[in-house]
Amino acid sequence: MSAAGGLVADFTVERAEFDLSLSLDIPAGRTVALLGPNGAGKSTTLRALAGLVRPASGSIRLDGEMFDSDGSHVEPERRRIGFVFQDYLLFPHLSVVENVAFGLRATGVAKAAARDRAVAWLERVGLGEFLSARPGQLSGGQAQRVALARALVGEPRMLLLDEPLAALDASTRAGMRTELATHLREYGGCAVVVTHDPLDALVLGDELVVIESGRVVQRGTPVDVARAPATDYVAQLMGLNLVSGEVFAPSTVVVRRSADASSRWHGTVTSIEQHLSFVRVSVSSAGHTILADVPAAAIAELRLVQGNEVWLAVSKTSEQAN
Amino acid sequence: MVGPVQATPRNAKGGGSTRRGTLTDRRGSGIPGILWIPAVLALCFLLLPLLALVLRAPWATLPHQLFTPVIGSALVLSLVSALCATALCLVLGIPLAWVLARSQGWAAAPRRVLRALVLVPLVLPPVVGGVALLLLLGRNGVIGRYLDEWFGLTIPFTTPAVVIAEAFVAMPFLVLAVEGALRGADRRFEDVAATLGASRWYIFRRVTLPLVVPGVAAGAVLCFARALGEFGATITFAGSFPGVTQTMPISAYLAMQTNPDGAIVISLVLLVVSVLVLVSLRDKWISGVAA
Repeated sequence: MSAAGGLVADFTVERAEFDLSLSLDIPAGRTVALLGPNGAGKSTTLRALAGLVRPASGSIRLDGEMFDSDGSHVEPERRRIGFVFQDYLLFPHLSVVENVAFGLRATGVAKAAARDRAVAWLERVGLGEFLSARPGQLSGGQAQRVALARALVGEPRMLLLDEPLAALDASTRAGMRTELATHLREYGGCAVVVTHDPLDALVLGDELVVIESGRVVQRGTPVDVARAPATDYVAQLMGLNLVSGEVFAPSTVVVRRSADASSRWHGTVTSIEQHLSFVRVSVSSAGHTILADVPAAAIAELRLVQGNEVWLAVSKTSEQAN
Repeated sequence: MVGPVQATPRNAKGGGSTRRGTLTDRRGSGIPGILWIPAVLALCFLLLPLLALVLRAPWATLPHQLFTPVIGSALVLSLVSALCATALCLVLGIPLAWVLARSQGWAAAPRRVLRALVLVPLVLPPVVGGVALLLLLGRNGVIGRYLDEWFGLTIPFTTPAVVIAEAFVAMPFLVLAVEGALRGADRRFEDVAATLGASRWYIFRRVTLPLVVPGVAAGAVLCFARALGEFGATITFAGSFPGVTQTMPISAYLAMQTNPDGAIVISLVLLVVSVLVLVSLRDKWISGVAA
């Protein structure tokens, strides 16, 4: 348990498909990356923490203040949290600086002071020249920065980020990820980042919490989760295989067209993907998907095509199979 | 004039000459030729009366006619009362539209009743509206009796009565337009505003309303046009006292008996206003119906 500072939450939200049930304990200054497949309940978790959705049961407490418990509910506007939405949702009828100053103005800060603070934040995120621009004129990365400045300018006690990098193209994404990591380090409160991208989670999160179908399936430091994935989904996310409790890298899998003494699984090739220096073969075997990384030449030698039957083994001696 | 016989081959040729979208073209020429006749007749039916009005207008004496005291005062009264009615509809109609748009969570029955009530003035003969207003606000009316007794207020046959009659009839146009805009607006903007600490009232003023300004403007223009043309409810509830309750449509109707040229001039003015309304709505309303 953390002390008074930070988030302590343990709640259930009723949803049409399944109930979302999870507990989070985030000390101030730490970031939890909430990871999971689409529809797992990640965004609903953030909405519950923000007060936009009311939990059916359980409690949410931030810095010692009870937000939700049986019978009591603090409205979102009274929580002082920062929320960056997936597609940023900058107010289209306001300029960039008005967007950032919105929360300050709404909470009674005088116009000039609100503007000064908004300008200071926009300069901090490198957008000092875009004060009077309209949101529609911004690139994805710039809109991201405005949304972040808008969420942080009011000095929120907790920061919630919903897929903050998902709307960006690959070229801006890497840069923004680093930038976001810096802001999160400088930010003193606790933060929750929702993502379905393992790289985002590993870079941004001090702790990973993986949810599937509304339940936490694994939590731990990025290193722990990467080393010992608890479910098929987590293993695939981390680029690993998990079969019968055994974790092994795709690069250690040996693919053969016929059985031999070392063969452990028999299955059908479901897909073949070209990567930079290897080819990743997905094999379906008795309900599991096993990944195998083989050199491009092996595809030709083994005449691997979708639907072929193959035998798989794990090489104990070398990380570089084949 | 474009006759029905001409129209058919012209369309067929247009369809054949464009290479892209063969499917659409084939579907376009799939209209049975016989339908073109009533379609073009319908267009003539809409257009020819207006053409007659323009053709028969006393252009030479028009400026003179326009500034006679009777027509001039009717014009001013009409514009002022239609503007006041529009303002009244905005103040009352936007909140009502908001309630309608946000009533998804309610039970079906009260929602239907609410919607039906909003639509009543749209389907009710305006004269019936006028009679109903008289029974409510007249000297012996359900409320009017007490207004008279306690405050010495008499509403019927005054300019405020014109505004009330026009607002009654025009309200649905505003409510439906604003409700549609509110339904189409992304409610997550309100979520953002709430997380930023804005109260519900602040959110309504600074986020919800600005986002639906185009819808409000379209509704207000339609509402104004309907109020300007109001006749039945107004003449029943407010009468036709020159300078006080005699609006342009009433004035045009009365002038037809004595001064047909005057009636034509008033009608022309109302026609011009209508065209202006259509032009101002060309993006919001006409293309919206087409899409």
